[in-house]
Amino acid sequence: MELILAIAIGVVFGAGIWLILRPRTFQLITGLLLMSYAVNLFIFAMGRLWVGKPPITPTPDIDPSQFADPLPQGLVLTAIVIGFATTALYLVMMIGARGLTGSDHVDGREPRS
Amino acid sequence: MNALPWMQHLIVAPVLLPLIVGALLIPINQKRYPLKFALGLGSTLLLWVVAVALLLLADGEHWPDGIGVYLAANWAAPFGIALMVDRLTALMLVLTATIALAVLVFSARRWDRVGVSFHALFQFLLMGLNGAFLTNDLFNLFVFFEVMLAASYGLVLHGYNLRRIQAGMQYIAVNLVASLLFLIGVSLIYAATGTLNLADLGGRVATLGAQDVWLLQIGATVLALAFLTKGAMWPLGFWLPTAYASASAPVGAMLVLMTKVGLYAVLRVWLTVFGDQAGALSGFGLAALTLGGMATLLFGAIGMLASQDGGRMAGYGAILSSGTLLVAIGHSGSPVLASGLYYLLGSTLAMAAFMLLLELTERLLPPGAAMLAITMEAFAIEDKPEDPVGVGIPGALAFLGLSFVACALVITGLPPLAGFVAKFSLFHALLAAAPAPLPATTWLLIALILVGGLAAIIALMRLGVRTFWASGVVTPPRLLFSEAAPIGALVMLCVLLTVQAGTVFDYLGRTTEGLMRSGDYSRQVLGEPPVQRLPDLEAVR
Repeated sequence: MELILAIAIGVVFGAGIWLILRPRTFQLITGLLLMSYAVNLFIFAMGRLWVGKPPITPTPDIDPSQFADPLPQGLVLTAIVIGFATTALYLVMMIGARGLTGSDHVDGREPRS
Repeated sequence: MNALPWMQHLIVAPVLLPLIVGALLIPINQKRYPLKFALGLGSTLLLWVVAVALLLLADGEHWPDGIGVYLAANWAAPFGIALMVDRLTALMLVLTATIALAVLVFSARRWDRVGVSFHALFQFLLMGLNGAFLTNDLFNLFVFFEVMLAASYGLVLHGYNLRRIQAGMQYIAVNLVASLLFLIGVSLIYAATGTLNLADLGGRVATLGAQDVWLLQIGATVLALAFLTKGAMWPLGFWLPTAYASASAPVGAMLVLMTKVGLYAVLRVWLTVFGDQAGALSGFGLAALTLGGMATLLFGAIGMLASQDGGRMAGYGAILSSGTLLVAIGHSGSPVLASGLYYLLGSTLAMAAFMLLLELTERLLPPGAAMLAITMEAFAIEDKPEDPVGVGIPGALAFLGLSFVACALVITGLPPLAGFVAKFSLFHALLAAAPAPLPATTWLLIALILVGGLAAIIALMRLGVRTFWASGVVTPPRLLFSEAAPIGALVMLCVLLTVQAGTVFDYLGRTTEGLMRSGDYSRQVLGEPPVQRLPDLEAVR
């Protein structure tokens, strides 16, 4: 399971890196989204992988090794919310740039060919 | 113990106050400028008072070791988020509030009207900055960085025009990627150590197994990449000159401060985590920081000489000062660091004043009215912002010229102002700290700092000559008092910093000595007891 997850994160992140190096804003934002998904999965995996274990318990006397780590789950939620908000902000700005410059190139003008 | 004494609550005030005021400002109609300005100014003034109070508390005998801790939501330290104030934090808070006050007054008559929600965004920016200085938790640091950046995205675009959009696209994209790196670094550090509390990390580093040490080192390096992107270390700082040159003057002045936040974060994390408690890992990566700082100095010097326009020059000036600071952090012995912090104070104040000043000197040249027109169209703002040509102050040209010279003196490090004191003490400390036959790197370092200063002198002199002597101005521009006063105040602060250098250095000496004892942080932060429930409430239940 670790190997599959690691490869999946790597592929998604790699695709994101390739996309953010492209010149069009749509490719850029898709790349940013892919990278942020990969990072969210990565944070999640850093709490170690568990199957079918609850993250919290009402009883005080427990064996912690039988429970999933709740902190990465909290971190990942926060990261998703923040990533979503900043990406949405960037989308608004892209639309503004498209309207003002009339080009969807990241430099705001078409390259001279 | 029942309730917290009020002094403890002051620690969280620099975060809460701008948050509340910023939220209040959003629903107020855009046309009620005076009310919005008054609220923003009131909040910033109060922030300044709180920051000074915290400085006095941290430097006094009030808290043991000068470290005050506030447990958010009353969770004990490694489990909840702890806010912490020490002398360095208090100093940065005062610096932030001072510059914010000057910038806000500067923008009162013109810049807060060219776009929407300037004041609300400004308050959120302050919240992010203050939070980043105060927090003692890595993930919380990420959250405050994002608050600060989100506000800065809005502010960089403030006064929406083509140039700002083009620069904003790059600025935002670079910072979004840096935020992802930040997250990767934080989660790697968590995976290696199982904690995100900085003070707790400092205590645990020495006890890690070999595999976890690897993970921690990779995590810390990735995290440093994110910080140094903000702090503009070469080769991560290419976004900076364009962003500085295109941002509006008040935002540019705040960007100067934001660049310093990245360096502050590096300093804070490195001294707490890889400090004297870290055992074998103590001082990890500091040599890389020094090398990076040297490359940054060179890059800044070349860029300074190459740039024509004032805004870009200021951007490369900021890169130069980042380089000098990185070198000081890399050498983090106590006296070198104290000189570095003194340099930070002087250069930040002078750069902020310089960014504001550039906008006024541009009025000497033909007016850039076209830039404002696009804004009006985009936001359908009917009434034009008041023409800056209002009640003039006498001797405008002399004021501009003198302020320009003063800023240039501090930035380049020429006597008699603060920049010279900072560089002189930095050299002194570097030479004193080096082993007896001086290593070549120390010589190279001193040479690079001097070359950087020389490049700055040449570039600024060229700019000054072109602006003041060769522009063929016949009538001096008319300045508003509210625009001239903040610049004058910032310049006077630089002068005060020079006159009171002894007092400031005493304080900075205490600051750095405190920073070197990372064990104090672990003890104070982890030892802070949560507030117990009131006994009569227990009885009612």
